[in-house]
Amino acid sequence: MAAHQADAAAAGAPPHRLRTEESWGYDRRNIDYIQHAAATGLYEIRGMGAKRHLPHFDDLLFLGASLSRYPLEGYRERCSTRTILGTRYAKRPIELAMPITIAGMSFGSLSARVKEALGRAATEAGTSTTTGDGGMTEEERRSSKTLVYQCLPSRYGFNPDDVRRADAIEIVIGQGAKPGGGGMLLGQKVNPRVAAMRTLPAGIDQRSACRHPDWTGPDDLVIKIQELREITDWEKPIYVKIGATRVFNDVKLCVHAGADVIVVDGMQGGTAATQTVFIEHIGIPTLAAVRQAVDALEDLNMRGKVQLVVSGGIRSGADIAKALAMGADAVAIGQGMLVALGCNSESWVRPDGRHVSAVADYATLGTAPGYCHHCHTGRCPVGLTTQDAALELRLEPAIGARRVRNYLKTLNMELATVARACGKQDVHHLEKEDLVALTVEAAAMAGVPLAGTSWIPGVARRPEGD
Amino acid sequence: MARVTTKPASAGNSREFDLANVALREVNRFLHQDAANEGVAQVRVLNPDGAHSVACGLNAELEVEVDGNVGYYLAGMNKLARVTVNGNAGPGAAENMMSGLVRVRGYASTGAGASAHGGCLVIEGDASLRCGISLKGGDIVVGGSVGSFSAFMAQAGRIVICGDAGDALGDSLYEAVIYIRGDVRSLGADARFEPMTDQDLAAVKELLTTAGFKHAPGEFRRIASAKSLYHWNADANQEY
Repeated sequence: MAAHQADAAAAGAPPHRLRTEESWGYDRRNIDYIQHAAATGLYEIRGMGAKRHLPHFDDLLFLGASLSRYPLEGYRERCSTRTILGTRYAKRPIELAMPITIAGMSFGSLSARVKEALGRAATEAGTSTTTGDGGMTEEERRSSKTLVYQCLPSRYGFNPDDVRRADAIEIVIGQGAKPGGGGMLLGQKVNPRVAAMRTLPAGIDQRSACRHPDWTGPDDLVIKIQELREITDWEKPIYVKIGATRVFNDVKLCVHAGADVIVVDGMQGGTAATQTVFIEHIGIPTLAAVRQAVDALEDLNMRGKVQLVVSGGIRSGADIAKALAMGADAVAIGQGMLVALGCNSESWVRPDGRHVSAVADYATLGTAPGYCHHCHTGRCPVGLTTQDAALELRLEPAIGARRVRNYLKTLNMELATVARACGKQDVHHLEKEDLVALTVEAAAMAGVPLAGTSWIPGVARRPEGD
Repeated sequence: MARVTTKPASAGNSREFDLANVALREVNRFLHQDAANEGVAQVRVLNPDGAHSVACGLNAELEVEVDGNVGYYLAGMNKLARVTVNGNAGPGAAENMMSGLVRVRGYASTGAGASAHGGCLVIEGDASLRCGISLKGGDIVVGGSVGSFSAFMAQAGRIVICGDAGDALGDSLYEAVIYIRGDVRSLGADARFEPMTDQDLAAVKELLTTAGFKHAPGEFRRIASAKSLYHWNADANQEY
């Protein structure tokens, strides 16, 4: 007899009573949250994006070609992935070999070696990478053929020389992981180089502003964009990045402000350090955001004139294909790139190719491979989200670049093969008609029919026979 | 596109643009590219009529004088150039300046000198809200008063205010220092008055001289960060 049964029997209760039922409302996660708050008086700050289950691209399926559609031969027939961004006003639009870009991530949150690896991989794959809060490093400019330079509320390290040597400018209004919130870089990652680039004392907790210092509101943004165009003699595309919240209205305002490209970042987007309450409770899923963004562009008759880049939890070629089918022109990937570099791996790779276990270092942080979200500590066991001189050596730029290039190549191949199966000679020809949804929620958010039906929640059905 | 009508000013190496007839884009492109090629060092701009982004993105030791009122982002991201406005300036004057000197003879609107990394911005009249916000090493001298929330999150650099300041002056300051001659309606979080040192008096004297103001440095008080927000801790009471 088990101990609890013995206890129950001793107490006179029937032995089959369930005595270990967990409360749904006060499960171990919530108990831990309350007790952490009670012990520290602080909200939790962590890395990565939303961990909760959300309606996502996984909830969509492609119909593929059949009798009513004609597929392309998967290995032989051409399917273009060429992508052009910034055709509205810029004299020099960005031309990419694939619709897959590397999202903005800061030097500070990531080591300079990681930024170099990302730049090299993007260059080899024919795509772009993006700076982040904290400015442009020499390593990433040197290694990146096409580099998008972010203009963030903090303006850390922002300077006209880098504006002039960038290939495009991205004005960041918000980030999917924390719409309405500024950035954060805890003191352990503010080493002397990071501090100098951000004009701050080394070792302090650095808080980025949540609003731009020199403009407020959409009408000001019109003028800010005009200023950046004047500074660059109207040569470079201007992107505007928003965290997904009131996407329909925000996208319209971005168009009004004169953006060449709009980047919409859903709540699954990653971060190196943000309050958990932001990550899990502010913003809307990427799936819902794409639909609203496309609706806004169509409402203004601006699809194809202003390009849409979607980010936030995009991991696979299937995710990319679905985003494009819903109307995106390209995607941006951040967290996935870090995973490709070894984030949450059990080991890191020496320059000679030998793997070295990082499990003990995960344990020191109180976590394990597959569960780590400790980017904010600067003690990344695989040497990515760190400014520690010893830890950062765990990422060899050449090896990292190869892994990211392989990942990009795989994504692009998957994307093209899905497009061919849907009968498209160009991945940009994927369309909403190619999609169905697995759940009612996804059908409503994406605006596609529930699989096996013609039902799109929220859209009035035509009368039978019409 | 407006017709480009420029004419040489009296000096051999100077040029004059009338924004009533010339597109701003042409003027800025001249300042960015052609001025150096043509050996022009002095440029006069007439009839700005509230135009935005006048003389922004300069990257050479040019003397630019603007006769009239300008809109947003006068001399934005300026480097090396000396820009003078004989009038008032709209929001974001000399925003993100790296070096050089920008002088506004009249008043300046919100966010003057925002995130300036270097150089000096002189405002002879008053400056509005958020003057010197996110300052990153530049200097600002205001002949009159500044509005509320000035020097918010200012990281480095110096701000001299010859008049008064509104509410929340120096909120969440980092290493920037404010010198004020008049009254302060209220200080922001983590900002505090500190004693003036000889070094402070010398700094104020230097900046007043640059600006051409004749106040005595001893009339100014110093405001700097108490640095209690530098580290995230339980006592911060969720200030951030």
